[in-house]
Amino acid sequence: MEIYQIVAVGIVATVLAILVKNQKPELGIYISLVTGFIIFIFIVAKLQSVIEILNQMANKISIDDIYLSVILKIVGIAYIAEFGAQICKDAGEGVIASKIEFAGKVLIMVMAVPILVSLMDLIINMVP
Amino acid sequence: MIMNVDLIFKIAAIGIIVAVLNQVLKHAGREEQAMMTTLVGIIVVLMMVINLISNLFETVKTMFRLY
Repeated sequence: MEIYQIVAVGIVATVLAILVKNQKPELGIYISLVTGFIIFIFIVAKLQSVIEILNQMANKISIDDIYLSVILKIVGIAYIAEFGAQICKDAGEGVIASKIEFAGKVLIMVMAVPILVSLMDLIINMVP
Repeated sequence: MIMNVDLIFKIAAIGIIVAVLNQVLKHAGREEQAMMTTLVGIIVVLMMVINLISNLFETVKTMFRLY
Protein backbone atom coordinates (compact mmCIF):
# COMPACT_ATOMS: atom_id res chain seq x y z
CA MET A 1 0.00 0.00 0.00
CA GLU A 2 1.29 3.44 -0.79
CA ILE A 3 0.29 4.91 2.54
CA TYR A 4 3.21 3.18 4.24
CA GLN A 5 5.69 4.74 1.85
CA ILE A 6 4.18 8.16 2.31
CA VAL A 7 4.21 8.00 6.10
CA ALA A 8 7.77 6.66 6.08
CA VAL A 9 8.98 9.49 3.82
CA GLY A 10 7.10 12.00 5.95
CA ILE A 11 8.61 10.86 9.24
CA VAL A 12 12.15 10.62 7.89
CA ALA A 13 11.85 14.07 6.31
CA THR A 14 10.47 15.55 9.54
CA VAL A 15 13.40 14.22 11.53
CA LEU A 16 15.85 15.59 8.95
CA ALA A 17 14.05 18.92 8.85
CA ILE A 18 14.30 19.34 12.61
CA LEU A 19 17.95 18.33 12.54
CA VAL A 20 18.80 20.88 9.86
CA LYS A 21 16.49 23.55 11.25
CA ASN A 22 18.42 23.73 14.51
CA GLN A 23 21.65 24.42 12.64
CA LYS A 24 20.41 26.30 9.58
CA PRO A 25 16.73 27.43 9.66
CA GLU A 26 16.86 28.47 6.00
CA LEU A 27 17.57 24.92 4.77
CA GLY A 28 14.95 23.38 7.04
CA ILE A 29 12.21 25.02 4.98
CA TYR A 30 13.61 23.47 1.81
CA ILE A 31 13.27 19.97 3.22
CA SER A 32 9.61 20.42 4.16
CA LEU A 33 8.95 22.00 0.74
CA VAL A 34 10.54 19.08 -1.13
CA THR A 35 8.73 16.50 0.99
CA GLY A 36 5.38 18.15 0.31
CA PHE A 37 6.21 18.05 -3.37
CA ILE A 38 7.23 14.39 -3.35
CA ILE A 39 4.07 13.26 -1.57
CA PHE A 40 1.92 15.28 -3.96
CA ILE A 41 3.63 13.84 -7.02
CA PHE A 42 3.17 10.38 -5.58
CA ILE A 43 -0.59 10.92 -5.21
CA VAL A 44 -1.19 12.85 -8.43
CA ALA A 45 -1.74 9.71 -10.50
CA LYS A 46 -4.66 8.64 -8.30
CA LEU A 47 -6.12 12.12 -8.37
CA GLN A 48 -5.89 12.08 -12.17
CA SER A 49 -8.03 8.95 -12.40
CA VAL A 50 -10.65 10.45 -10.07
CA ILE A 51 -10.85 13.53 -12.27
CA GLU A 52 -11.24 11.34 -15.37
CA ILE A 53 -14.16 9.52 -13.75
CA LEU A 54 -15.78 12.84 -12.89
CA ASN A 55 -15.44 13.93 -16.49
CA GLN A 56 -17.03 10.76 -17.82
CA MET A 57 -19.95 11.15 -15.40
CA ALA A 58 -20.36 14.78 -16.44
CA ASN A 59 -20.46 13.79 -20.11
CA LYS A 60 -23.01 11.08 -19.38
CA ILE A 61 -25.35 13.53 -17.62
CA SER A 62 -24.44 15.96 -20.42
CA ILE A 63 -24.15 19.02 -18.18
CA ASP A 64 -21.94 21.42 -20.13
CA ASP A 65 -18.24 21.34 -19.39
CA ILE A 66 -18.00 24.88 -17.96
CA TYR A 67 -19.23 23.98 -14.50
CA LEU A 68 -16.92 21.02 -13.98
CA SER A 69 -13.87 22.88 -15.31
CA VAL A 70 -14.59 25.83 -13.03
CA ILE A 71 -14.85 23.49 -10.05
CA LEU A 72 -11.55 21.85 -11.01
CA LYS A 73 -9.91 25.24 -11.39
CA ILE A 74 -11.14 26.33 -7.99
CA VAL A 75 -9.81 23.15 -6.41
CA GLY A 76 -6.47 23.74 -8.13
CA ILE A 77 -6.22 27.33 -6.94
CA ALA A 78 -7.23 26.33 -3.42
CA TYR A 79 -4.60 23.61 -3.35
CA ILE A 80 -1.73 25.80 -4.56
CA ALA A 81 -2.71 28.69 -2.28
CA GLU A 82 -2.90 26.36 0.71
CA PHE A 83 0.44 24.79 -0.23
CA GLY A 84 2.16 28.16 -0.35
CA ALA A 85 0.45 29.51 2.75
CA GLN A 86 1.38 26.42 4.77
CA ILE A 87 5.04 26.66 3.75
CA CYS A 88 5.11 30.32 4.82
CA LYS A 89 3.38 29.51 8.10
CA ASP A 90 5.96 26.81 8.86
CA ALA A 91 8.70 29.33 8.24
CA GLY A 92 7.04 31.62 10.78
CA GLU A 93 5.90 34.21 8.25
CA GLY A 94 2.24 34.46 9.29
CA VAL A 95 1.74 37.75 7.43
CA ILE A 96 2.82 36.39 4.05
CA ALA A 97 0.74 33.25 4.61
CA SER A 98 -2.42 35.24 5.28
CA LYS A 99 -1.79 37.41 2.21
CA ILE A 100 -1.43 34.31 0.02
CA GLU A 101 -4.65 32.90 1.43
CA PHE A 102 -6.40 36.23 0.86
CA ALA A 103 -5.23 36.30 -2.77
CA GLY A 104 -6.40 32.70 -3.22
CA LYS A 105 -9.85 33.56 -1.89
CA VAL A 106 -10.15 36.54 -4.20
CA LEU A 107 -9.10 34.48 -7.23
CA ILE A 108 -11.62 31.79 -6.35
CA MET A 109 -14.31 34.44 -5.98
CA VAL A 110 -13.43 35.78 -9.43
CA MET A 111 -13.69 32.25 -10.82
CA ALA A 112 -17.09 31.68 -9.22
CA VAL A 113 -18.73 34.91 -10.45
CA PRO A 114 -19.89 33.54 -13.86
CA ILE A 115 -21.63 30.65 -12.16
CA LEU A 116 -23.33 32.99 -9.69
CA VAL A 117 -24.55 35.12 -12.59
CA SER A 118 -25.98 32.14 -14.44
CA LEU A 119 -27.62 30.97 -11.22
CA MET A 120 -29.27 34.34 -10.73
CA ASP A 121 -30.54 34.33 -14.33
CA LEU A 122 -31.98 30.87 -13.75
CA ILE A 123 -33.80 32.01 -10.61
CA ILE A 124 -35.10 35.17 -12.23
CA ASN A 125 -36.46 33.20 -15.19
CA MET A 126 -38.19 30.75 -12.85
CA VAL A 127 -40.09 33.46 -10.97
CA PRO A 128 -43.12 34.33 -13.20
CA MET B 1 9.48 8.54 -6.55
CA ILE B 2 12.77 7.04 -5.42
CA MET B 3 14.85 9.66 -7.24
CA ASN B 4 13.01 12.41 -5.43
CA VAL B 5 13.49 10.90 -2.00
CA ASP B 6 17.26 11.07 -2.54
CA LEU B 7 16.81 14.82 -2.92
CA ILE B 8 15.64 15.09 0.70
CA PHE B 9 18.80 13.39 1.90
CA LYS B 10 20.94 15.51 -0.43
CA ILE B 11 19.48 18.72 1.00
CA ALA B 12 19.90 17.48 4.55
CA ALA B 13 23.53 16.58 3.80
CA ILE B 14 24.21 20.02 2.33
CA GLY B 15 22.58 21.62 5.35
CA ILE B 16 24.74 19.69 7.79
CA ILE B 17 27.93 20.32 5.80
CA VAL B 18 27.22 24.05 5.68
CA ALA B 19 26.51 24.10 9.41
CA VAL B 20 29.74 22.27 10.24
CA LEU B 21 31.76 24.48 7.87
CA ASN B 22 30.24 27.49 9.56
CA GLN B 23 31.34 26.37 12.99
CA VAL B 24 34.85 25.57 11.76
CA LEU B 25 35.24 28.91 10.03
CA LYS B 26 33.83 30.79 13.01
CA HIS B 27 36.29 29.21 15.39
CA ALA B 28 39.07 29.88 12.86
CA GLY B 29 38.12 33.53 13.13
CA ARG B 30 36.92 33.97 9.51
CA GLU B 31 33.40 35.30 9.97
CA GLU B 32 32.99 36.45 6.35
CA GLN B 33 33.82 33.06 4.84
CA ALA B 34 31.32 31.50 7.24
CA MET B 35 28.65 33.82 5.88
CA MET B 36 29.72 33.08 2.31
CA THR B 37 29.44 29.31 2.74
CA THR B 38 25.94 29.75 4.16
CA LEU B 39 24.92 31.80 1.13
CA VAL B 40 26.49 29.30 -1.29
CA GLY B 41 24.70 26.42 0.45
CA ILE B 42 21.36 28.18 0.23
CA ILE B 43 21.81 29.06 -3.43
CA VAL B 44 22.80 25.53 -4.40
CA VAL B 45 19.74 24.07 -2.68
CA LEU B 46 17.59 26.80 -4.21
CA MET B 47 18.72 25.73 -7.68
CA MET B 48 17.67 22.16 -6.96
CA VAL B 49 14.32 23.15 -5.43
CA ILE B 50 13.34 25.58 -8.17
CA ASN B 51 13.20 22.81 -10.79
CA LEU B 52 10.93 20.79 -8.50
CA ILE B 53 8.62 23.73 -7.88
CA SER B 54 8.24 24.48 -11.60
CA ASN B 55 7.53 20.80 -12.10
CA LEU B 56 4.86 20.91 -9.38
CA PHE B 57 3.17 23.97 -10.86
CA GLU B 58 3.25 22.39 -14.32
CA THR B 59 1.60 19.23 -13.01
CA VAL B 60 -1.11 21.14 -11.22
CA LYS B 61 -1.68 23.32 -14.27
CA THR B 62 -2.22 20.41 -16.61
CA MET B 63 -4.25 18.43 -14.11
CA PHE B 64 -6.71 21.09 -12.98
CA ARG B 65 -6.73 22.79 -16.41
CA LEU B 66 -5.61 26.01 -14.73
CA TYR B 67 -4.49 27.74 -17.94
